[in-house]
Amino acid sequence: MSTEQAILTTADGTPLKISLQRAMRRSRLKALGLVAPLFVFILVSFLLPIGDMLLRGVENHIVAEELPRTIPLLSEWQPDSATIPSEAVFKALVLDFQQGAKNKTINRLGSRLNYEVAGISSLFRKTARKSRTLTSDPYQEAMIKIDKQWGSIETWKLLKTFSSRYTPGYYLAGADLKLNIDGEIQRQPEELRVYMKLFWRTLRLSAIITLLTLVLGYPIAYLMASLPTRTSNLLMIMVLLPFWTSLLVRTTAWIALLQQEGIINDFLVVIGLLNDGGRLPLIHNATGTIVAMTHILLPFMVLPLFSVMKTISPTYVRAAKSLGATPFQALIKVYMPNTIPGMGAGGILVFILAIGYYITPELVGGISGTFISNRIAYHISSSLNWGLAAALGAFLLLIVLALYALYDKLVGIDNMKLG
Amino acid sequence: MAGLPPYASTPERIWYYLFRFLCGLIFFFLIFPIVVVIPLSFNAVPFFTFTQEMITLDPAGYSLKWYEDFFTNLNWQGAVRNSVIIGIFSTLIATFLGTLAALGLSRPHIPFRTTLMGILISPMIVPLIISAAGMFFFYSRINLQGTHIGVILAHAALGTPFVVITVTATLVGFDQNLIRASASLGATPTRTFFKIIVPLILPGVIAGGLFAFVTSFDEVVVILFVGSFEQRTIPWQMFSGIREHISPTILAVATILVFISTLLLTAVELLRRRNERLRGIRLT
Amino acid sequence: MKFFTLKPTAVAAAFAVGAMASGSAAQATDLVVVSWGGAYTASQQKAYHEPYMAANPGIKILNDDSAAEGVAKLRAMAEAGNTTWDVVDMVASDAIRACDEGLVEEINYDQDLAAAPDGTPASKDFGDMLVSPCYIPQIVYSTTFGYRTDLVKSAPTTIADVFDLAKNPGKRSLEKRPINNLEWALLADGVDPDKVYDVLSTPAGVDRAFAKLDTIKDHVVWWTKGAQTPQLLADGEVVMGSTYNGRLFSLIAEEKQPVAMLWDWQVFDLDGWVVPSGGKNKAEVMKYLRFATDTQRLADQAKYISYGPARASSAPLVGKHATLGIDMKPHMPTDPHNAKHTLMFNIEWWADHRDELDQRFQAWLTK
Repeated sequence: MSTEQAILTTADGTPLKISLQRAMRRSRLKALGLVAPLFVFILVSFLLPIGDMLLRGVENHIVAEELPRTIPLLSEWQPDSATIPSEAVFKALVLDFQQGAKNKTINRLGSRLNYEVAGISSLFRKTARKSRTLTSDPYQEAMIKIDKQWGSIETWKLLKTFSSRYTPGYYLAGADLKLNIDGEIQRQPEELRVYMKLFWRTLRLSAIITLLTLVLGYPIAYLMASLPTRTSNLLMIMVLLPFWTSLLVRTTAWIALLQQEGIINDFLVVIGLLNDGGRLPLIHNATGTIVAMTHILLPFMVLPLFSVMKTISPTYVRAAKSLGATPFQALIKVYMPNTIPGMGAGGILVFILAIGYYITPELVGGISGTFISNRIAYHISSSLNWGLAAALGAFLLLIVLALYALYDKLVGIDNMKLG
Repeated sequence: MAGLPPYASTPERIWYYLFRFLCGLIFFFLIFPIVVVIPLSFNAVPFFTFTQEMITLDPAGYSLKWYEDFFTNLNWQGAVRNSVIIGIFSTLIATFLGTLAALGLSRPHIPFRTTLMGILISPMIVPLIISAAGMFFFYSRINLQGTHIGVILAHAALGTPFVVITVTATLVGFDQNLIRASASLGATPTRTFFKIIVPLILPGVIAGGLFAFVTSFDEVVVILFVGSFEQRTIPWQMFSGIREHISPTILAVATILVFISTLLLTAVELLRRRNERLRGIRLT
Repeated sequence: MKFFTLKPTAVAAAFAVGAMASGSAAQATDLVVVSWGGAYTASQQKAYHEPYMAANPGIKILNDDSAAEGVAKLRAMAEAGNTTWDVVDMVASDAIRACDEGLVEEINYDQDLAAAPDGTPASKDFGDMLVSPCYIPQIVYSTTFGYRTDLVKSAPTTIADVFDLAKNPGKRSLEKRPINNLEWALLADGVDPDKVYDVLSTPAGVDRAFAKLDTIKDHVVWWTKGAQTPQLLADGEVVMGSTYNGRLFSLIAEEKQPVAMLWDWQVFDLDGWVVPSGGKNKAEVMKYLRFATDTQRLADQAKYISYGPARASSAPLVGKHATLGIDMKPHMPTDPHNAKHTLMFNIEWWADHRDELDQRFQAWLTK
């Protein structure tokens, strides 16, 4: 039997296998072609910005840009030699300062290095002001006369350590560490450690909120799953309405409820549980954040729980009871284990959403109820330390992505449902 | 739990009613904060509490002045206009691109499906503050910070995952034979698309579009960074109002938003049921 | 005409160009002025913007209330090369930062600004207020304390009373940042006023300031926006609190709340204009600023809000409040009666130590 006969062909004579492969490839390309526009759009409008932010956390162009003459010369200088750099380096420095003063950008340098050594920015501002008139050597002497810090090895070490175009400085600062002027990694002094505490607090409060949504969400999901569809649909609306209501509306509502002159305190005073002077501080602290966010995130717990409970046959519990289990035992030993996927899905979802929250903690969190996000926003718009904001953002992103991977493993991204 | 069986013991009866009572409290916790802003927005005095007049239903305790303020104040008018413009354009972009991608993702033989899906819905997962920071830095570099286009693109990116998810959901279990059947009966691909695919995915597309619109309409973090005063939306205006000084006008706005969200919720519910019904008919 | 061979839209465009050329008065220029919103923007609107727009029908001034994010947004605009703001209101320390980074234009005071009515050049008239070459100060404001006359045990008279819980129990509100609070803590702790920044420059001095703040930490409500302390005082949630003197003025004089001022060791600071580099309407902006910062205009602003004009020549012109009719002079932070003990905010020192002390303050709050 010859092989030609064994090969099936299509009408135009191409072997079926190849034809099928072609069709498959066409189908794949078509599918990818449909996905491509959105992929490109997300890439440009969303992923590139995030990548750009991560990069900003290591960017350190300012020193090299402002001191283009000095930095190359400085690479030959040995800090261990215990002598300050040569006259040539000083001359380059003066020229760089004069150029920078002309471009009105030289003070960026001081602001940048002030993040590393507090109090250094005035040296640069002063030098920029006074070095304008220097025209002839010896520059070394003149600069030391402007400020004796130029005669100190420490100042030059600082310049050398932070002269590279990329620096781990911001990421270290975000982890309460620092690069000292010798280029070694150190812990921040005790009184300056804040970010690890904030991350820890963010995780702790998010865990509390997740737990509370589980405690509150479980009973009502259970109730809805056990009621006839018509009734449970009605109750579902009470879950979905908050879900669809603007976040700011819900936060505003909690401010109205929780503040000292608010509805809850007023009510407690009216019924005599509190006297007027003893109103409870329910807002602008961790309590405010926990209460408001539990309310806001509760639907995200109820919906996955409900969809899992809907699939659990009531016969399981009945069987357990008929075998002699008490209703309580049946609930704990039979029903609850079946709902673990729902608890896992809802729990991770709520936790992921909670740790990234910004608006609600900002408005009701006060001092003890704010999250790391609030600090990121602060560094973007107030302190202007964008590198540090980027580094803190990167850490937060890392945590979220790890949880997201966990979610994918437990639930599958494909199974994500809405409303 | 569907009802109390006649043979229930006394502890079971107590537990049954106690449990229902507890659930009632939780539902109250869910709904009360949203309902409570409504009467407060008609307060005659600029406080966030129920006055004596309000409790005794004295008309003097109520007033429409906060609504009047909302409808006459130029800042709020600009915010409404911006919210609508930004919402509509970002929804159109998100719905168009998201639907196409969902069609692609639902085809058989799509390679790297999970990875692609993960990337496409990442805007929904990444915390808003990080998206906002990244977009603020990057859009500054490419000249889009503080422009309507920048905000529309940012909101479209945030809205697409919802469209992808809802449209993909309507295509789950989609029988590819329907397309073949249509083609074998002589329909062109275009005709097949409009006569077979569109009716099936339409509820998902509309629901996804509504989600995308609400995302934009509610969004406040990204707009704070990527936007500027000229792009101020209703949430932007509310946020700066709450931070500075809460006036009851914000409660009036909140009430209006509650009504809008009720309408949207109803729309999405109707769509969901229609979708279930449609698919139910097809399956039987 | 060449235009008639083109499409109708081009004809319409050509027509529009012709219309603009024929009546340049009809061509409106929008100036985006960024300020703080609320009562402050309102006072600028009345004293500067409205008279200027009345005199220059071609100019439309738009208010943007984003001054709090001023430097951050300016930096973003500079990176983008697309500056959409024309004039920005800033406190002095922010203006210095913006100037340091080259984000704002330098001002040639005597050439760009109007001289005083007696001919004194602007640079002399502003005098010591010119803390940065990019900055045109408008007002001197002070951060100081207000207290509830009906809720305090005894009326506080010195800054030490703010830190004295025995003498005055109850909550007080302070700004959520180290600036001012550390200085006040040291003054209350008995540090020589002339040596405050010397002491703060030493680690022991910083520790001492934080230790003093520790004594009242549990009784402090921290604020971030100027409107919060007046609100807290009005609600009786605090018995005393720091804020900008203008906010307290409206609380006392306009809202008639039982609140009084504690002027002891008020901290002076400046608020004024900067002109972003790369703005599109530079010529119009400078024309506007020449008008808005002249002697009369600065004095006029004090009719609407109780901040002292930054020009020496404006001081004698400060009159009565526009609607309340009360004499504004005694309410000015610079009035000799109020200014017995004052501290000038040390901008240079804070530029050096702000990053570190901000972080330490945050860590202290988190503790």
